[in-house]
Amino acid sequence: MTKNLVISTAVFAAMTAAPALAQDISVKLGVLNDRSGVYADLSGEGSVVAARMAVEDFKAAENGMSVEIISADHQNKPDIGSNITRQWYDVDGVNAILDVPTSSVALAVADITAENNGVFLISGAGSTALTREQCRPTSVHWTYDTASLANGTGAALTNAGGKKWFFMTADYAFGHSLEENTSAVVKANGGEVVGQVNVPFPNQDFSSFLLQAQGSGADVIGLANAGGDTVNSIKQASEFGITQAGQKLAALLMFTNDVHALGVQTAQGLSLTEAFYWDQNDETRAWSDRFMEAHGAMPNMVQAGVYSSTMAYLAAVKELGSAEDGKAIVDKMKAMDIEDPLFGKVTVRADGRALHDMYLFEVKTPDESTGEWDLYKEISSISGEEAFLPMLEECDFSKK
Amino acid sequence: MAMTDKTKGEATGMPTLHKIIFGVLLVALIALPFFVYPVFAMKVMCFALFAAAFNLLLGFGGLLSFGHAAYFGGASYVAAHAAKVWGLTPELAVLCGAAAAGLLGFVIGSLAIRRQGIYFAMVTLAFAQMVYFTALQADFTGGEDGIQGVPRGDLFGLFSLSDNLALYFFVLAVTFGGILLLYRIVHSPFGQVLKAIRENEPRAISLGYNVNRYKLIVFTLSATMAGVAGATKSQVFQLASLTDVHWSMSGEVVLMTLLGGMGTIFGPLVGAGIIVTMQNYLATFGAWVTIIQGVIFVIGVLMFREGIVGVLARWFKRPL
Amino acid sequence: MFELLGVPPQVLLGQLLLGLINGSFYAVLSLGLAVIFGLLNIINFAHGALYMAGAFVAWMLLNYLGIGYWPALIVAPLIVGVFGVVIERTMLSRLYHLDHLYGLLLTFGLALIIQGLFRNYYGISGLPYQIPAVLSGGQNLGFMFLPNYRAWVVVASVLVCFATWFAIEKTRLGAYLRAATENPTLVGAFGVNVPLMVMLTYGFGVALAGFAGVLAAPIYSVNPTMGEQLIIVVFAVVVIGGMGSIMGAIVTGYMLGIVEGLTRVFYPEGSAVVIFVIMAIVLMIKPEGLFGRTA
Repeated sequence: MTKNLVISTAVFAAMTAAPALAQDISVKLGVLNDRSGVYADLSGEGSVVAARMAVEDFKAAENGMSVEIISADHQNKPDIGSNITRQWYDVDGVNAILDVPTSSVALAVADITAENNGVFLISGAGSTALTREQCRPTSVHWTYDTASLANGTGAALTNAGGKKWFFMTADYAFGHSLEENTSAVVKANGGEVVGQVNVPFPNQDFSSFLLQAQGSGADVIGLANAGGDTVNSIKQASEFGITQAGQKLAALLMFTNDVHALGVQTAQGLSLTEAFYWDQNDETRAWSDRFMEAHGAMPNMVQAGVYSSTMAYLAAVKELGSAEDGKAIVDKMKAMDIEDPLFGKVTVRADGRALHDMYLFEVKTPDESTGEWDLYKEISSISGEEAFLPMLEECDFSKK
Repeated sequence: MAMTDKTKGEATGMPTLHKIIFGVLLVALIALPFFVYPVFAMKVMCFALFAAAFNLLLGFGGLLSFGHAAYFGGASYVAAHAAKVWGLTPELAVLCGAAAAGLLGFVIGSLAIRRQGIYFAMVTLAFAQMVYFTALQADFTGGEDGIQGVPRGDLFGLFSLSDNLALYFFVLAVTFGGILLLYRIVHSPFGQVLKAIRENEPRAISLGYNVNRYKLIVFTLSATMAGVAGATKSQVFQLASLTDVHWSMSGEVVLMTLLGGMGTIFGPLVGAGIIVTMQNYLATFGAWVTIIQGVIFVIGVLMFREGIVGVLARWFKRPL
Repeated sequence: MFELLGVPPQVLLGQLLLGLINGSFYAVLSLGLAVIFGLLNIINFAHGALYMAGAFVAWMLLNYLGIGYWPALIVAPLIVGVFGVVIERTMLSRLYHLDHLYGLLLTFGLALIIQGLFRNYYGISGLPYQIPAVLSGGQNLGFMFLPNYRAWVVVASVLVCFATWFAIEKTRLGAYLRAATENPTLVGAFGVNVPLMVMLTYGFGVALAGFAGVLAAPIYSVNPTMGEQLIIVVFAVVVIGGMGSIMGAIVTGYMLGIVEGLTRVFYPEGSAVVIFVIMAIVLMIKPEGLFGRTA
């Protein structure tokens, strides 16, 4: 009764169970993301590849574990996502769910995971509610959230002279959350918000809203949207001469694959904040080259996050000796000192928020860019404590 | 199963064939959760009721509504809200949802029936879109997130429904009862007048029937029962989301009814079963589901307008 | 300078102009729908999917055959039109003797198939299509910066709409078409090949959708869902304008584009729903539409 795409599980199970050890810890991981819609390039098959790489690198077999990976497409709909999650826990014996972009789906998955004492390793979703209003003892929010993006891009641009901001906000929960976080940071750094407009989500034609942004006299136009909406806003802003006229565009949520799709010609000069970039150091380069070979595109921070969170999870399971008790595994992850090849030093806080450095990048100009994937230059880095919001009292699961 | 026994008893004059089919169906459904994932089976039942309610309007009333998702989804949101925020027990939440759907159906219906044919369909579509956008913007519906974490509650305040099996029998009672109720409506004097209106409206008017009143009543009934289906679904999945009010949901219920057989009793049930099962098993193939649904639509319209059950009814020369 | 409800006139003018541009798409698409409904009594739900197909064909012509934008403006609609003719011959013609609603259901199913196929092969992210070099850049009009390409969209759509209206209302061919819808048997008795005309009309209506698709390709990303979002709105436009009226469809298309543009200024969240509200009101008061004639 599975409706999931099972990817070479037989091969995996055979490989990882090769030496007939009497007590193999059996672990089943489910990669749930968007495989056919707007976030397919962001997560999709790439996240599955990343998860597989993690299981390989962890050398599961030698550590007495047999790990199976399955995946499914939630199509960015909370009802489909929650159906799959429910079935995975009830019928298919999944222990941990990975990735899940689109916050509305992630919130549903977090609830069901808590009910079933599984583990939810969040990489794709960005809503701060996952570790605040709807925090759960079984959730680990690994890669990024809207607050850290705001603290990166918002603070940097305001301090660099962009005092007046205008927001184009995608009219749904995520867009509003992104706008809220960023405007708070802007004001805290001495800037002001001169205007804002709610754009229907999803949308194809931004001309009308860009015109309003132009007319507002703002220094910076904050794009509180994601995915295809961001790409289209930037393209059309260029068409209407906005960037040429001197206003700066702040892409509040943008990933390597989006910039790659836009091309450096259109995207040059854009400021954005990410948690990972393939070209940061030797370790990230080495891993990313392997990823590129397996998948055909350079990894973005979401896929890198799937790899890292899975590695940490497997380490915790190995120490505990079993994958059954989700909360215990998450508690273990919170107690571990993690030195990750991709994210550096990572600490999982008591509320499930993973703290690590965030980086402010700027997109290179066509002259500066030497290759198809040579997209960013690093401007500065922000420590985890500064980037992420402080923990809420009621989410401190170490006391429960 | 007190509810269903009582209704069956009252339906004197139900042909033996139908009694047998309902009986077999009931037995099969009681045994089903022990063989099949109960949540999946519950989904099929909710959609079967939705399709049956829609068929009341289309197959027996002769009116094509292109916005039935508004009642299905609207009830889903109201029931979810009732259970989560007001803390009502499941059966009361379903009643609330159904009542809301009925009210919405009454209002929209009274405006829509002023027009005929394609214009009627377009009006229902326009209003359904307005309901969709309200759901998108309103606070209580949670926009993109929908209403999540709807508690499963205790039936009548006594029987816990957190167990899938217990919930299954509640859903079985509601949907089976609903379908029997629809059967009763169709095979009643009211249903006969509906048939007359559908076949020859001017004649019915000349015979003195207040045609508009009948149309409004059947529209409201159809909306209410669609609401029962939607409200129950929100209790099962503990979630009400935008998918339930989107126009593609309206399209799907048309597909189920067309595939199963418009104007038959068992047709919508078969259609719903096939479509939901297909979506479930083919979900991994993503866009192919849309293509297959499109192909079914096209073939259905060109060659099997009577639908599966319609073809069966023709072979056995009995109404089904 | 006066301000209207807190909005300065420059912004208002700019939004009106943008609304006119959007209205151009609505006009061309609803013209195609109106031609098909008015002359054939078919409700073509596949119109949005065929618009999308037009954009994709333009992209394919460029990327597979090296055929650029200007030839594509003619070739792509032609290809889409031929495809429409095939649909009409093989499927739609079998439904003429039945209720309208079957035609609607059939075209709905076709839309699902077309969209699903494109989604399968091209994914859902948009494909890029460049604005032709000669139309890039723009004019600074003082109150706004108008990209040249968008001005071209308005010009092209007005030309095409006018030409179509002229052909149908003022030429002999158009007269035959209109007569054929009223009384096919009689017109057929005069020796006019009615099935051929019906077939070509459907093809033409569909080609208009394809043309709109080519116009859209450089400014909206070419993706499989681009028609889905538009089709429902275009239906509303046609219903408001009057389902059989050619002029009604054109004028209403532009008008509603402007109304939508203005709503975006004063109440942006409602810009998606304003057209449906208007449709509901019109259907209540004047169901045959603003310009329609009672059937």
